[in-house]
Amino acid sequence: MNIFDFIFNSAAALLLLAAVVGIAVYQHVVKSGLTARWHSLPLYYAWFAALWCFGPAFTLFFFASALDLLHLYTANTSFLLPATLFLSIAGLWHGLRQLKPSLRARQSVEGAVRFSLVAAAGVSILTTIGIVMAIVFEAIQFFEIVSLWEFLTGTHWAPDDATEGNTSGMFGSIPIFAGTFMITIIAMLVAVPVGVLSAVYMSEYASERVRNTAKPALEILAGIPTVVYGFFAAITVSPLVVKFADSVGLHADFTNALTPGIVMGIMIIPFISSLSDDVIRAVPRSLRDASLALGTTPAETIIQIVLPAALPGIMAACLLGISRALGETMIVVMAAGLRPNLTWNPLEGMTTVTVRIVDALTGDQAFDSPETLSAFGLGMVLLVITLMLNILSIYVTRRFRSQYE
Amino acid sequence: MNNQASQQRLNRRYRFEKLFKASAIAALTLAASFLIFFFYTMISQGFSALSQTEILVEVHYNEASQKSYKKAVDKSYRKIVSRGWLRTLPLYMEDHPEIVGTSKMQWVTATGDVDQYMKGKPNRLKSKYKKQIDQLQSEGKVKLAFNVNFFTNGDSKMPELAGIKSALVGSILVLLVTMFVALPIGVMTAVYLEEFAPDNRITQVIEVNINNLAAIPSILFGLLGLAIFINFFGVPRSSAIAGGLTLALMTLPIVIITTRAALRAVPHTIREAAYGLGASRWQTVWHHVLPLAFPGILTGSIIGLAQAMGETAPLLIVGMMAYIPDTPTGFTEAATVLPAQIFTWAGESIRAYEERTAAAILVLLSILLSMNSFAVWLRKRFEVRW
Amino acid sequence: MSKSKINISNLKLWYGEDEALHGIDLDIADKKITSFIGPSGCGKSTLLRCMNRMNDHIPSCRIEGEILLDGEDIYAPAIDVVQLRTHVGMVFQKPNPFPKSIYENVAYAPRIHGLARKGDDMDELVETSLKKASLWNEVKEKLHQPGTALSGGQQQRLCIARTIAVKPEVILMDEPCSALDPIASAKIEELMDELKNEFTIIIVTHSMQQAARVSDNTAFFYMGNLIEFGKTGALFTQPQQKQTEDYITGRFG
Repeated sequence: MNIFDFIFNSAAALLLLAAVVGIAVYQHVVKSGLTARWHSLPLYYAWFAALWCFGPAFTLFFFASALDLLHLYTANTSFLLPATLFLSIAGLWHGLRQLKPSLRARQSVEGAVRFSLVAAAGVSILTTIGIVMAIVFEAIQFFEIVSLWEFLTGTHWAPDDATEGNTSGMFGSIPIFAGTFMITIIAMLVAVPVGVLSAVYMSEYASERVRNTAKPALEILAGIPTVVYGFFAAITVSPLVVKFADSVGLHADFTNALTPGIVMGIMIIPFISSLSDDVIRAVPRSLRDASLALGTTPAETIIQIVLPAALPGIMAACLLGISRALGETMIVVMAAGLRPNLTWNPLEGMTTVTVRIVDALTGDQAFDSPETLSAFGLGMVLLVITLMLNILSIYVTRRFRSQYE
Repeated sequence: MNNQASQQRLNRRYRFEKLFKASAIAALTLAASFLIFFFYTMISQGFSALSQTEILVEVHYNEASQKSYKKAVDKSYRKIVSRGWLRTLPLYMEDHPEIVGTSKMQWVTATGDVDQYMKGKPNRLKSKYKKQIDQLQSEGKVKLAFNVNFFTNGDSKMPELAGIKSALVGSILVLLVTMFVALPIGVMTAVYLEEFAPDNRITQVIEVNINNLAAIPSILFGLLGLAIFINFFGVPRSSAIAGGLTLALMTLPIVIITTRAALRAVPHTIREAAYGLGASRWQTVWHHVLPLAFPGILTGSIIGLAQAMGETAPLLIVGMMAYIPDTPTGFTEAATVLPAQIFTWAGESIRAYEERTAAAILVLLSILLSMNSFAVWLRKRFEVRW
Repeated sequence: MSKSKINISNLKLWYGEDEALHGIDLDIADKKITSFIGPSGCGKSTLLRCMNRMNDHIPSCRIEGEILLDGEDIYAPAIDVVQLRTHVGMVFQKPNPFPKSIYENVAYAPRIHGLARKGDDMDELVETSLKKASLWNEVKEKLHQPGTALSGGQQQRLCIARTIAVKPEVILMDEPCSALDPIASAKIEELMDELKNEFTIIIVTHSMQQAARVSDNTAFFYMGNLIEFGKTGALFTQPQQKQTEDYITGRFG
């Protein structure tokens, strides 16, 4: 029997037993409550007994599965079964023995609750550490094969040609990052003006009714899955871009950088407009009044007073937009192309960090092949950039808050 | 006092005002028209996938067709009737032995090319068959019927038989894993951080960490899932549990952040009132704060789950873009999800997949939009303004 | 009474369905200080904001009747609200300097209106405005520091300097001292006394002592009606109306 099957089944059985014990204890305390003054409410005694019933065995399960998952030791069911039985019976006996009116059951149960809350918080934190560790460890393996310097300065990316012994000159990431930044810049050129101006209209000019329809409508754009944008880019926008380029006498590849850039920009509009709308509305009414009372037009007030005051918040929104564009995957996978290409021409196909990650990890390569590991190298750089952008935006937001709160 | 220079200046300022306002309106209109254009193209492309061409032919249920399924229809029909459908006949006859030896006229699924031809879309149907279809149509033997297969079949290499059922079931399985992992841990973490944790450096570091986690690109969660769940813990690749756990890590920070916001919105006076009556900290949280924050927590969780449901990139990394014709029945079986199905169909070269991709997108969008509007409705309905 | 600057006749104002002002008739004297007093919600601030059309920004607000500035109806369609406000400036309840330097706070409006162009012109205008607001000596060394770093009283005087820089004819003050301590308030009152040589000043105040100290004329409002209007001395010593007397003697309000 698989150890997890065993744990799953016996956990279910134990919980059932604990429920029965709990109900029995509850009724006992309610009944004897007529003659004795119990310290806590009956429910707490029920929980107390139930916890002692399944708690010790669950602790065993936790360690057994942790050891197994970490490949340290696989417990045998013929050991686990008696151990489980012993622990739950001993726990139950210990719990019931303490059951008397002076027992501070509430404190004990609340202690257990608190413990489980702390444990949950611990898991959340472990996740944060885990994601960094997982990526960094694999990336280190990659940088043992390919030097960091070569990775950051090389202009040729051809992981398919790399073999176990020969990797030199195959992992230069500049063309990949160039493509990433090109597409990000195009996206921001679409998203920032449209997003900020929409926010200005919604917060400064529009009536409450227009705003109440426009804002949720724009947020629909934010809720559309990226794979859908990818399809939209590849099937609808890309032919339009090619046709348009043709009509002005230019040649555009079918997978060009402009298409994913534009579509990504559309995707980011609601982030920028929604966050900017919030910060623009947070600028105190009194500043607008003061400016208008000096005989300025609304546009002058917005440009010279409101927007400068809201600037840190708008910048934070843009930084978040940039980090989203950098890490966006599906749109570029479906519309940007695979070929690393170092060029200034957005009508040519380019590739991005995320495209290469997906490409490297969805093939049939062995997990420790240089190509697979290169995905982790790229991932680590992406992670570092994103974290820096995020910390910067937190810092900028704080400055905005301290100004008005 | 109004000399000409100042009047001119004023006119200039008003022109600028008009221009600025017009450009603000234009920006919003542009954003709105993106939205309309997007939905227009999706609906116009996807709607036709809801119907499927069927042909009225005589089907022979006999031993010859049991051995070679092609023989179930007359030779002239073999190129216009779906081969995938014919292939199901021998099995059908095994299950219904009484039918063997008969033949009957029935409506049969046509091939993808015939279907595209009927819908007036680009296709590779030979002109010989086009004539045949035109002929059949004039006899009333071809029709567009509601595409049941799209909702009851799994993926298929033949577009006329491809459906979203297995992907939809996969999505549900993945979402269940995500929900059962991310929601309890997320809500408990938030309760601890907001209601119990001392406000010290460690808490602040945790807070920054969680904010950072929420900003990490989703694809990096895929790398994590691959490195930790699949390679280290040995969770089966492509399984709902691998995908669900990966998405759970991605959803976790969203749940924590929205839950904390909901808890923080409960005014401090409520807590003080409960403490004043002698309630313990946990009792205060359990009896007062959590019930009041519940709608907010639910709203945030639904939005987080909707986001997880639309996610594709990390799932590609953990191998959930496999070809899955049969509906998965367990959490450890290979599965795919709706967005990944959309991705694989979008990459098919056969044109008939295009409308199916758009139709699958419509299904996905309507699920996500209803989840999100339900969340918004919940917030509006139960929101308490303090 | 001397020549009047503003004539208000039969002014009615609604917020949506609620009538907030019920037909006000009032003449404001030129180069004098007129104070509006009355309990909270009596409509005195609302009336003040009508005089430079700040209520235009409230969508549900509707106005009937007329307000004449030098004989011209400020609600007439031909009147340009932006230009009107260069003639009728306003100082608000809470000091609200822009998050810019002291210099930029004062130079902001003149630059937009083209009142001063070159650097020297502007420097001079900023200096005279700050001097008129008796703030110059305190800030001349730190003109390029943020205006928000000043004390509350200094901020309010900066707001006055900012208003003066546009060279208005009328200055509306909406409880300018309510957020300030007594010493800062006294400075503002002193300043108002100097300013009335050049400007017509209307001040809304909660403090009857302040109204009595600074103003030439006083208007008492109650429930959206003008109850009594006259010379400040007369109004406070010999009120004609029962309600005025009750209010100034502290029996309600």
